[in-house]
Amino acid sequence: MIEAIDITKYYGDFPAVTGLSFSVEQGEILGFLGPNGAGKSTTMKILTGFIPPSSGTAKIAGFDITEQSLQARRHIGYLPETVPLYEDMNVRDYLSFMGQIRGMAKPQLHQRINEVIELCRLGEYRDTIIGKLSKGYRQRVGISQAILHEPDVLVLDEPTIGIDPIQVVETRQLIKDLGRDHTLILSSHILPEVSMICDRIIIIHEGQIVAVDDPGNLGTNLAGVERVEIEVKGPNREILPVLERVDGVQSIERMSVTGGAYHRYHVTVDIGKDLRHDLAKIIVEGGWELLKLQSLGMSLEEIFLRLTIEEEELPNNSGAVS
Amino acid sequence: MKNLIAITLKETKGYFSTPSAYIVGTMFLVLTGVFFVFDVSKPFAEAGVRGLSDWASFFIVFLAPLITMKLLAEEQKLGTLELLLTSPVREWEIVLGKYLASFLMLLSIQSVTLYYVFIVYFFGNPDTGPVISAYIGLVLHGAAALAIGMLGSSLSGNQIISAVVATAILLIFSFINRVSSLVEGNVAEFINALSMNSRLADFSRGIIDLSHIVYFLSIVGVFLFLSIRSLETRRWR
Repeated sequence: MIEAIDITKYYGDFPAVTGLSFSVEQGEILGFLGPNGAGKSTTMKILTGFIPPSSGTAKIAGFDITEQSLQARRHIGYLPETVPLYEDMNVRDYLSFMGQIRGMAKPQLHQRINEVIELCRLGEYRDTIIGKLSKGYRQRVGISQAILHEPDVLVLDEPTIGIDPIQVVETRQLIKDLGRDHTLILSSHILPEVSMICDRIIIIHEGQIVAVDDPGNLGTNLAGVERVEIEVKGPNREILPVLERVDGVQSIERMSVTGGAYHRYHVTVDIGKDLRHDLAKIIVEGGWELLKLQSLGMSLEEIFLRLTIEEEELPNNSGAVS
Repeated sequence: MKNLIAITLKETKGYFSTPSAYIVGTMFLVLTGVFFVFDVSKPFAEAGVRGLSDWASFFIVFLAPLITMKLLAEEQKLGTLELLLTSPVREWEIVLGKYLASFLMLLSIQSVTLYYVFIVYFFGNPDTGPVISAYIGLVLHGAAALAIGMLGSSLSGNQIISAVVATAILLIFSFINRVSSLVEGNVAEFINALSMNSRLADFSRGIIDLSHIVYFLSIVGVFLFLSIRSLETRRWR
């Protein structure tokens, strides 16, 4: 239903996401988990066709998001992270407008608005001006407009951020219910939340997928990797096989270097092993010049830790996560 | 087409349910009213709307951007543009839908000035031809001013900046004929041809020149086209 194919997005020189590929089957709830700034929102904006990827593409219900944008957009319901709403419209008029621009016919639309208002428990606020609603209710209006036209695909960006704990519980339940009839992708920086709601979790960090797993396995099966960047002066043909022989090295990727008589490698090593000492030693013993040796970014373990901690920092949330 | 109508209706409703449009409308009517009174109280005043239409089109330069400034700027600021552009709506439907709403708004403000025309007819015996041509000129000039305002609104998420940019462009188009005296020949003619004011003067004298109509409609076309392109490129930034 959703297919992302090697998506890369640069903001200027900054890579927000690099080489993202994944797919979501019909009826599946996929959780997109990562710390703030990991590239979650960027991915969502690309999937919904709001911003184009720098390279790669995505398909929604079989339609290419850049080539057949209009058809693809017909199948999407989207809740952006900021929950943008027209402040001076009332809830019912707002939903009516959103339904119309998604091509819903008037009689059918009227009935559907009542259904959605019921479903999101907005009943007593249907004639309230949106600007006067509290954050939690605004969130519900946001979800209402996303599901209004019964899209095949629902994209929810941080749907529980900034609302109070009781409403968080309700919202999570609502999303779980929605997952029965929709293909759903939601982002979050809260691990227990995605574990509770989702069928499958993708952990994303610094714009790259670092793990894909079922929520059950994620805690126990940390099959992650750690990477080290090395810059060496010397012949590539001799250096590469020697590095590969180091115990604990999984793979080595040679990076392109512009203007410099040295080679840059990204060495992927088993998690939890600090191979920097071994790598340095073997390079020096080989008689080559070691110019740089650096651990790259966080390991999955660290990311995992950070995600777990962030949830605990939220006040009074223990009841919401079990 | 259905999308366009939905957008036009939403924006029109928005205009009539918020105070800003009423404030702009009141300002316009007060200003034109004051100058209308000056104009008809002159000794040997002419029974016509020439003074009125000249002043009205002058004030439109400042008021049209106030009408259009929120149309796209607010969507960008609130982030609602994200929902609009991820719905199955084309950019031209958004721009044209909003433009039509602003045009309806301006027409309803301008139509109140017909009250002055009524006064002129009640107390005098004006020549009907120039009255009609003056109003055709006013509507065309308003349409062009709104299209320029639309471009301003598409350029920024800040309504003030949008209005200032649009007013600046409008002032250039209005008064560029003053520059033509500094140069000669074809250049001077070209500059004169660009100017709105020299064409408006014809309309208020009772002349309906096809080239003037084409000119104003071209301004509308060009600036709406630029607004659509500007909205499209927002995706790519």
